[in-house]
Amino acid sequence: MTETLLEIDHLSVDYETGRGDLKALRDITFNVNKGEIVGIVGESGCGKSTLISSILRLTAPNTRFREGEIRFKGQDLLQASDRQMRDLRGADISIVFQDPMQTHNPVLTIGQQMLDIQHRSKQSKADKLAHAAKMLGAVGIPDPEARLKQYPHEFSGGMRQRIAIAMALMSEPDLLIADEPTTALDATLEVQIIERLQELQREFHCAILFISHHLGVIAELCDRVVVMYAGAVVESGEVREIFHDPKHPYTRRLIECDPGHIKERARVLPTIPGEVPDLANLPGGCIFRDRCDQAMARCATDVPPLDQLKEGHHAACWLNHEEVTT
Amino acid sequence: MEKSRSELGQIIVGVARDPLGLMGLIIVGVIVFCAIFAYWIVPYDPIAMDIKSRLQGPSAAHLLGTDQLGRDTFSRVIAGGQVALKVALPAVFGAMAIGLTLGMIAGYGPKWLDNLLMLFFDTIRSFPTVMFALAVVALIGPSLQTVVFVVMATSIPTYGRVARTQTLTLRNSEFILAERSMGASMTRILGVHMLPNIIGVLAVLAAMDIPTVIALEAGLSFLGLGVKPPTPSWGALLKDGYSLIRQTPWLVVGGGLPIILATLGFTFLGESLRDVVDPKLRKQR
Repeated sequence: MTETLLEIDHLSVDYETGRGDLKALRDITFNVNKGEIVGIVGESGCGKSTLISSILRLTAPNTRFREGEIRFKGQDLLQASDRQMRDLRGADISIVFQDPMQTHNPVLTIGQQMLDIQHRSKQSKADKLAHAAKMLGAVGIPDPEARLKQYPHEFSGGMRQRIAIAMALMSEPDLLIADEPTTALDATLEVQIIERLQELQREFHCAILFISHHLGVIAELCDRVVVMYAGAVVESGEVREIFHDPKHPYTRRLIECDPGHIKERARVLPTIPGEVPDLANLPGGCIFRDRCDQAMARCATDVPPLDQLKEGHHAACWLNHEEVTT
Repeated sequence: MEKSRSELGQIIVGVARDPLGLMGLIIVGVIVFCAIFAYWIVPYDPIAMDIKSRLQGPSAAHLLGTDQLGRDTFSRVIAGGQVALKVALPAVFGAMAIGLTLGMIAGYGPKWLDNLLMLFFDTIRSFPTVMFALAVVALIGPSLQTVVFVVMATSIPTYGRVARTQTLTLRNSEFILAERSMGASMTRILGVHMLPNIIGVLAVLAAMDIPTVIALEAGLSFLGLGVKPPTPSWGALLKDGYSLIRQTPWLVVGGGLPIILATLGFTFLGESLRDVVDPKLRKQR
């Protein structure tokens, strides 16, 4: 069961800009196993989107892959040809985007679009349409046959997101990337989508890489979590471990800031003061130093390594080295 | 929007609801009908001469009189309409097809190809149309095909530029990214996903362009650079009538009126079509 599907191995990605290289991802390492749901959390600008576009190799033209490998079933995606990548996309790796109002072609019916994404299949048109209707049914769209004839604007946001999920799962991919799929939806729909994703994951046995900044959703859905900060992994491990015993101050603060975790009525919602450091001009030492309330002298000089603290629990903070330093 | 009606049906209904659009639809309908059934409608052979009854005024036998060679003007107007459409339709649709393809490639392809195609478009646009027509006619001689070629060549950049701009705006939209992340190739993205988004705008442009082309054909024929005599053409009618305007004004009326009507009809239709097709204008109402 613990067969590795996706391995991100010391990946560093820069954006070439007028101000110099923007270090969007630095030394990212984590795995996604077959059939596993891995969550990625982090605030805006921490490199989540760069990471997914790197996996799909749909990056902006000024992207430079500096180091590392992205291996999918053992194949290095950064070395694959454009043709090989195109064959992977939508077949072995699919993605659901954040904003369901933008992800469908406004002038084609849902049926036409669902037919089109089956272009690799040699089935007849009727079979493809039947498959499309079956998938719509699976994500809980009532009366799928009639709905196939409708245009995207005739569906609500929640329905459109479910259609996007149906389209992504159509080819039974091994890996589904969900890029904040519930951020643009309201809270009740969020629960629906999450539950649907869980059901579908059980049915299709695909691995899910779930990107979100909503910790509650991650805790609900995922097996493991990767916490990212300013383009680097600061902590990773089992969901239960991370939430009950966070080993990085950033993770701790993130959990404290999650509205779902605030027990008593707060006049002012907790925040993490400060800003993400300038990625084009990174300071030395620990990247979280300026916003950390437990910063020590050592944090300013040395970059803390991502150490294994327990089986499967990694964190990059000098606080975990206290025995060593004192 | 009702779902039972097809997209085309909705557009036609939308145009017919607008008074100007309805007028355009009727005028264009009549012109197209006359052009298709010209040889059943004309009372006389439009190129048969009858010197004995030359330069006659309107009568029951000759509705718009006859010209200096005794040819029936009404028959020549009807047959001229056919010639006008034979030039305008292939030229406009040819230009649209080529312009659309090149424009989409320029908008979606690599930067160097975009620059090359834009240079090509700008080069064509820098020629004055009539000068270009004179040069081409001098090279390959006046004929219907020459007019079609000249008009097509000079209108390609217009369509190309519009298609390119549309493609550029669409290429960064999220649904195109979604298609790419589903493994769609460039041809699939352009053909299946971009084309239906662009075609409406270009169709409107084409409808607005048809009267220009009709006028251009008439102008070239007036200058003797268009279709060869004795083929009837509105421009040729004007040219004949122009020199005989003191003897009989009916030739100028016969040549001029259809040009005005066709221009108005296609323009009304085009404008109304634009209002119906353009989603931004649709929302404002």
